[in-house]
Amino acid sequence: MSINHHLDDATLVSYSAGALSQGMALVVASHLSICPQCRKRAEVNDSVGGALLESLEAETVADGMLASILTRLDDMPVQLTEVSTDTAVIDPEIPSPLRDYIDRPLDDLEWKRIVPGVAYYDMPWEGHGVSRLLRIAPGKAMLAHTHNGNELTMVLRGSFSDEVGRFRRGDVADLDDQIEHQPLVDSKEDCICLIATDAPLRFTTLFGKLVQPITGF
Amino acid sequence: MKNTPPGEDVDNIVQLSQADMASSDWSDLLGSLAAKPDKNIYARLFNHFAPKVKAYILRLGVGVSAAEEVTQEVMLSVWRKAHMYHPEKAAASTWIFTLARNQSIDWMRKQKYPQYSLDEWSETASESGQGEQEVLSDRVAKAISQLPEKQAQVIYMSYFEGRSHGDIASRLDIPLGSVKSRIRLASEKLKQIWGGENYEH
Repeated sequence: MSINHHLDDATLVSYSAGALSQGMALVVASHLSICPQCRKRAEVNDSVGGALLESLEAETVADGMLASILTRLDDMPVQLTEVSTDTAVIDPEIPSPLRDYIDRPLDDLEWKRIVPGVAYYDMPWEGHGVSRLLRIAPGKAMLAHTHNGNELTMVLRGSFSDEVGRFRRGDVADLDDQIEHQPLVDSKEDCICLIATDAPLRFTTLFGKLVQPITGF
Repeated sequence: MKNTPPGEDVDNIVQLSQADMASSDWSDLLGSLAAKPDKNIYARLFNHFAPKVKAYILRLGVGVSAAEEVTQEVMLSVWRKAHMYHPEKAAASTWIFTLARNQSIDWMRKQKYPQYSLDEWSETASESGQGEQEVLSDRVAKAISQLPEKQAQVIYMSYFEGRSHGDIASRLDIPLGSVKSRIRLASEKLKQIWGGENYEH
């Protein structure tokens, strides 16, 4: 897979720092799971965390903690693997971090329609921003909007174009309030994206403002 | 989240000085724990890292008694996951930092912090030679200490206080874009130290 649009440094730093919202972190981890180039950059940022950890002045830890851990170690199984070994259910279209929340192929999800040609599937948590899958039919445009904060979009299927360029599977659009944009789906199939914002979107058209209360953006 | 003045860390931070042992020694120790479980080695790692892990968790805003509990969980996972550690991939401090970060967030949010799996992490082809990571880790520490104050401030507020771009912007009363550009500048400097590679965007 050739990936042309990558994560912003500022986003990657916040991911390593543990400072991203749940939804934003999910998009970042999903991109990292398939992008060796960004993964390498993330490792640099993790090492910044390691250097900072090393720099901290020690806090006193309870006297008995080490002893109590040592007595537990004998019964402690080593943790062999982090991921599911049931390869039969793994859908390669779904990046591994997303598999914790999606248990079926994308087409089988219970999509909720916003307007004809646009549907969404929400992630199972609430926050200040949005965290959802968005499914948009060919030729349809997302409503023009700007953001008060950051917006991350990762393409899982199909493609879209906006003022920045063309985004295909694996690409991320990492945008902030400097940009007003209106993505247009230009693939033959539906475009499915994983998106997250850290603040509510602001629609810039009258129609967008009218449907905003309904769509929950 | 602790209610301290923005960026107070810049003044309070202890100097990024060499500990008694170089970071490569800790990585070697963790590497030998990865090869073979050994309680004596574990105890040495515990005595060095547990007090730092607790300091980190407290800074993130976890309460004192919970911090003790989360520290214990982090240090237990050092034992349980040690066999996944590769000294050529990351310094011990980096690896333990990611464990502490993930478990603190899991505890605070009651939600797993999304991560690319440790398996993928260990599968990334390592292009650098054995021992190079530790040298880099020391260089990164030095680089952080040399950042201009405004850039160091946003780095500390991100890593030690877990603050988002928007949160930092409102606390420092500067635009979101300025927060991001300060972080980018800091990141750029740190990357130059890392190897001077050019990344395409």
